[in-house]
Amino acid sequence: MTSRVAEAAGPSLVVVRPSRGWTGVSLRDLWAYRELLYFLAWRDIKVRYKQTMLGVAWAVIQPVFAMVVFTVFFGRLGGLPSDGMPYPLFTLCALLPWQLFAHALTESSTSVVGNQNLITKVYFPRLVIPLATVLASLVDFLIACAVFVVLAAYYGVAPGPTIWSLPLFVLLALGLATGVGAWLSALNVRYRDVRHAIPFLVQVWFLATPIAYPATLVPEPWRAWYGLNPMAGVVEGFRRALLGTSGGSSGLLVASAAVTVIILLSGLAYFRRTERTFADTI
Amino acid sequence: MSILAIRAEGVGKRYAIGAPRAPYGSLRETVTQALTAPFRRRARGRSVPESDTLWALQDVAFDVRPGEVVGVIGRNGAGKSTLLKILARITEPTTGQVVLSGRVGSLLEIGTGFHSELTGRENVFLNGAILGMRRVEIQRKFDEIVAFAEIERFLDTPVKHYSTGMYLRLAFAVAAHLEPEILLVDEVLAVGDAAFQRKCLGKMGDVARTGRTILFVSHNMGAVTSICEKGIVLEAGRVVFSGPAIEAATVYLNQFSGAAEPRVAERRDRTGSGEVRLTDFGIQSAKGERLEAIRNGEAVRLVFEYETRDGQSARNVEFQIVVRTEAGDLLFQFGSRFLGRRLDRIPGAGSLVCEIRRFPLVPGRYRLDAFVVADGVPSDFILWVAPLTVVDGDFYGSGYRVFERESRFLIDGDVGCEARAGDGGDGRS
Repeated sequence: MTSRVAEAAGPSLVVVRPSRGWTGVSLRDLWAYRELLYFLAWRDIKVRYKQTMLGVAWAVIQPVFAMVVFTVFFGRLGGLPSDGMPYPLFTLCALLPWQLFAHALTESSTSVVGNQNLITKVYFPRLVIPLATVLASLVDFLIACAVFVVLAAYYGVAPGPTIWSLPLFVLLALGLATGVGAWLSALNVRYRDVRHAIPFLVQVWFLATPIAYPATLVPEPWRAWYGLNPMAGVVEGFRRALLGTSGGSSGLLVASAAVTVIILLSGLAYFRRTERTFADTI
Repeated sequence: MSILAIRAEGVGKRYAIGAPRAPYGSLRETVTQALTAPFRRRARGRSVPESDTLWALQDVAFDVRPGEVVGVIGRNGAGKSTLLKILARITEPTTGQVVLSGRVGSLLEIGTGFHSELTGRENVFLNGAILGMRRVEIQRKFDEIVAFAEIERFLDTPVKHYSTGMYLRLAFAVAAHLEPEILLVDEVLAVGDAAFQRKCLGKMGDVARTGRTILFVSHNMGAVTSICEKGIVLEAGRVVFSGPAIEAATVYLNQFSGAAEPRVAERRDRTGSGEVRLTDFGIQSAKGERLEAIRNGEAVRLVFEYETRDGQSARNVEFQIVVRTEAGDLLFQFGSRFLGRRLDRIPGAGSLVCEIRRFPLVPGRYRLDAFVVADGVPSDFILWVAPLTVVDGDFYGSGYRVFERESRFLIDGDVGCEARAGDGGDGRS
């Protein structure tokens, strides 16, 4: 965590001393605690649907209902365009990364405070906590993907050669969720305002992201700027990879990727900077 | 240097306390501060003023050789837990450094990370991982852990359905099978019934004999002197003694002799007419031996020496004591008023004695106020005449050590079962 770990001399020599300034992310430390990461993610998954009536079905219900509502109100009644695709498929494709992102963001931002019993009792790289929640949200994502495959088969839409780029956009969504999660979870330790801001943040972000509408609705000269909302790039990237639409211009995708990298790196740096006082301020 | 398991040098930890700001500020404050910062005079080193800070530890230095078993003792607030947290890397020191050579395992609590919805089996793996065990290691020791905890039948039951005893046994079993080179242990043993405590102490002793380095924080002098070779005594954040465990225990117990408290006669922070004035205070056993600490369940005499102003006898005296928590919350009052009794005539000097037959408070530190009324006029009123230290005296004779969180008072009573009247049973069970 906070202290520098020098393992060069002798059998695991640990030096605990006050640290100052910015410190990098110790990948070696994280690697050493990979099993804890796995167990915490596993716990989150296990516990999530305990004592619920519908259980894992929720992972299907949420995207399907959202898709139905959007199709009726935005697609039919609102008449929003869908880049020539069947509207349900068009919006579900966007909901896949969006729900992954929104879920990971919501869960990870309160994760550090939620695990304060661990923070104040045991040492481990604190980053493990938000990372585990991001990891755990992958399960719902995979289930939703299966729903998408079924729907795509129903409409007879097969992904083209662009599908190779899908993992890239999944990574982008995860990186973004990790970055935002690191920022918010660390901020939440000091400022519990974060908890109140999150539902609002998610709602506004949702509207600003081309989920119910295509990015092509944004006039061309502005479209690259639209990529400053990194989720715009992720969502249009998913559509490009799975449906072969061209709503996300390259400019938009590049801008989104750049913003994601900035958020991720700054989030990790801020987290590392503040984690040394977590146990005292939580 | 490499022959040391732990080396602490000049370790200090400062906390900001009681400052007007909340423990965590609001975002708005910080944002407005940040925005207005360029317009304000830059006050360098505007860190919290010294008066708002507390050094929980100061200049702590000690060495522990591999294989040593060291007890860290001290009163509440002496800095034991802070020291442990620094060694366990949970929090950073403000000054100084500690070098630990070897894999460190810390047990600041048992059952850390247990999730009530998960089964016993699942919690063993989760808790093991949290304590730093590898999965293969847990798998290897799994049967041993389950056998130690004696919960074979409930392995696949969520722990929310466990009894407290089962929960503690399982939690301790996982912890006891942690095998780091350096083990940091907080008072995790001070829970559960006597048999369980003995089992835990036995296990600790086994671990100690395998040559591991152990740092053990405790209030339990019996455990410290039986397990540890060395002891470190902390007082107000500093090391006041470091040496053989038995001597350390003596130093610790002597801390309660209150040498630092001014004599009651010299206290100025008192109110009342001074007709009858308290001059000294002491705790005695039923036989009149002087005590430093009260063992609950035993008879104690709280003895207040007094003098009257003119050396003549005083009439119509009432005498009342108040026992509070260290934080000042009222626990109980006792005295002549409740007994409906006044002391008609007391001599010019002597002692007012308050006898409590079975002292009813759980172990801890308390404060005592005293109040004397002579002839209807408040005569002497002293807040915090003396601190009271209560240690475990096995009130119930069951070996169960009641924890502050379970109950504050110990009750002189019994439980049993009686058959319903007219059920044809033979009355009492």
